[in-house]
Amino acid sequence: MNSLFRIYAIFSKELTQLRRDKMTFGMVIMIPLIQLLMFGYAINTNVRHIPVGVVDYSQTGLSRVLIQTISATQVVKFTHHYVNAQQAEAAIARAEVRAVLVIPKDVSQRLVRHRTVGLASPPSSDEETSRPVAQWIVDGSDTMIAAGIKSLRNMPLAELLSKPANRNIPTFEIALLYNPEQRSAVNIVPGLVAVILTMTMIMFTSGAIVRERERGNLEMLITTPVRPIELMLGKIIPYIFVGVVQVVIILGLGNIVFNVPVNGGLWQLSGAILLFITASLTLGLVLSTIAKNQLQSTQMTIFVLLPSILLSGFVFPYEGMPEVAQYIAEALPATHFVRLIRGVVLRDVEIIDMTFDVYWLALFTLAGLMVASLRFKKNLD
Amino acid sequence: MSQYVIQASKLSRDFGDLKAIQDLDLEVEKGRIYGFLGPNGCGKTTAIRMLTGLLKPSSGEVHVLGLELPKDAEKLRLHIGYMTQKFSLYDDLTVKENLQFIAKIYGLSGQNQKRRIDELLHIYRLEQSKNQLAGSMSGGQRQRLGLSAAVLHKPELLFLDEPTSAVDPESRREFWEQLFDLSDQGTSILVSTHYMDEAERCHKLAILESGVKRADGSPEELMQQMGAHVVEIASSNIRQLKQNLMQLPDVISAAQLGARLRILVKDSVADPLALLTQQGGIDSTANLSIVRPSLEDVFVTCTGEERV
Repeated sequence: MNSLFRIYAIFSKELTQLRRDKMTFGMVIMIPLIQLLMFGYAINTNVRHIPVGVVDYSQTGLSRVLIQTISATQVVKFTHHYVNAQQAEAAIARAEVRAVLVIPKDVSQRLVRHRTVGLASPPSSDEETSRPVAQWIVDGSDTMIAAGIKSLRNMPLAELLSKPANRNIPTFEIALLYNPEQRSAVNIVPGLVAVILTMTMIMFTSGAIVRERERGNLEMLITTPVRPIELMLGKIIPYIFVGVVQVVIILGLGNIVFNVPVNGGLWQLSGAILLFITASLTLGLVLSTIAKNQLQSTQMTIFVLLPSILLSGFVFPYEGMPEVAQYIAEALPATHFVRLIRGVVLRDVEIIDMTFDVYWLALFTLAGLMVASLRFKKNLD
Repeated sequence: MSQYVIQASKLSRDFGDLKAIQDLDLEVEKGRIYGFLGPNGCGKTTAIRMLTGLLKPSSGEVHVLGLELPKDAEKLRLHIGYMTQKFSLYDDLTVKENLQFIAKIYGLSGQNQKRRIDELLHIYRLEQSKNQLAGSMSGGQRQRLGLSAAVLHKPELLFLDEPTSAVDPESRREFWEQLFDLSDQGTSILVSTHYMDEAERCHKLAILESGVKRADGSPEELMQQMGAHVVEIASSNIRQLKQNLMQLPDVISAAQLGARLRILVKDSVADPLALLTQQGGIDSTANLSIVRPSLEDVFVTCTGEERV
């Protein structure tokens, strides 16, 4: 009973301080807002309107129609003309354009013999039909840009000659669940919840104990009957509310601005979020008992934040990472949460079906609380 | 329970090579104000931290309120109050919020909490500023707030670490009045200071220097047993005279007070006046007299402070 009362004492004190701290209060709102807009708009794996040039050796009507047909795909935008391939490569080097289309002199012959068009009769030789129509010279350093151009490799050309498109039967039929339009935001927004909570939750609590020490409050606090675990819990609880507010901002705005659906139930969502918030908060507390001052605690926060962004599956798929990186990723709470939140928000799973991630986060929280309480000594030795 | 609230024997604490406190023996009686007098860095704060259970002694034994430290430190916390040297309440909380926080920590709720806080606000004249942020208050107000927070749970024993170092003389007088009120109500108090006039107000005191206790007793006892004569000389050429007298082996110190010179002479000398006139080159116009020792004289004698 007394114990609960002391937790309440710390809790209400912490809440009052938070309310007076305009900077922190502003960060609670602004960080999710700004990040959501930045990530939502900036990260786009469907590259469009890549600036490209053209070297047209044939100078025929057909080559001009070819350029228009490619433009119509919206993947590239022709911005420059070059006289020869050497000039084109120089232009790529100085980043004037990302790629150049080189249209050979005999583009008409190549086209009529091309098997996707299939005009030629009598049947052409193998050598003739296997010749491509034209060549792309691409700045291949950015794999995403290169992939955009590569997607043009097999584009249908039949309509070029006002011929009905020959039936292109794919080897596989692909059914895209959960994100049929393939919009990046659908994957990014739920993951962003993990990144922002990692950032703010750890940052707030990692400074918590250190700040009391720096301002001299700790010497007073440890002469009172407050127990370490009570201090830790009292400091965590206000930030749970802060975390929930941030999640509401991200998912709410994500829904309104980027049209990201929230398919899972409220209870499933709350469960996943609470698990992760408490795990992050206790991680912050552990850092706080290690750090000597607020600068150190901020540095440690960044140390946790970077792998949480890069390895959690938020930016790059977990499956694509090398084994060592996967082990590190498994140790981070963010990785497990990214799985949970995407599961709940996009695929409407019950979190209890994702047993491993749920247990892992719960155990992490308990262990973190223990470590923080044990590390926090009520003396000045 | 014994008559002593603090008993320490051979208490020592090292920080690496630095011996912050060496073999401190201490007995503090119940209901008294006990002073630690010493210059900055002499180990006052370290001693207080060991007595409150915040620091573990390197060696030695301490019993505070009959509890053995550091083993029973947690039990002790309910019965002691500690006012740190630096203001240690929250700058971004108001006076009232700070007191409410402390009250809740000690399990005081509802009407009891309200009554005790109102009482403290009244005693320590904080009613006017109860809704002011602690960080925006004057030194005197902060100190009163610090004291009221330290005594909120009515501790039997109160530790005050240089409580008046950032406070004007008026506030200091008032502060001591409040300490005597607490003492009168049966609270035992241990206070550290580097002000002589404050030390003189204590029932008993210990003089600390470089982590070693040089003397202890009541201020009167210390002055009587000082082991030196105090001579005051009124003369015209004081600066020169001081130089001359400092050369004498039996002179402990010479300090100028305006137009007078205050000399401490070893008490092995039978007639200090004769010694000074014969060997000190004092001219006939000078006026010599033996005066009552002050606590400062005691301090200078037993710490062997610099010969100023």
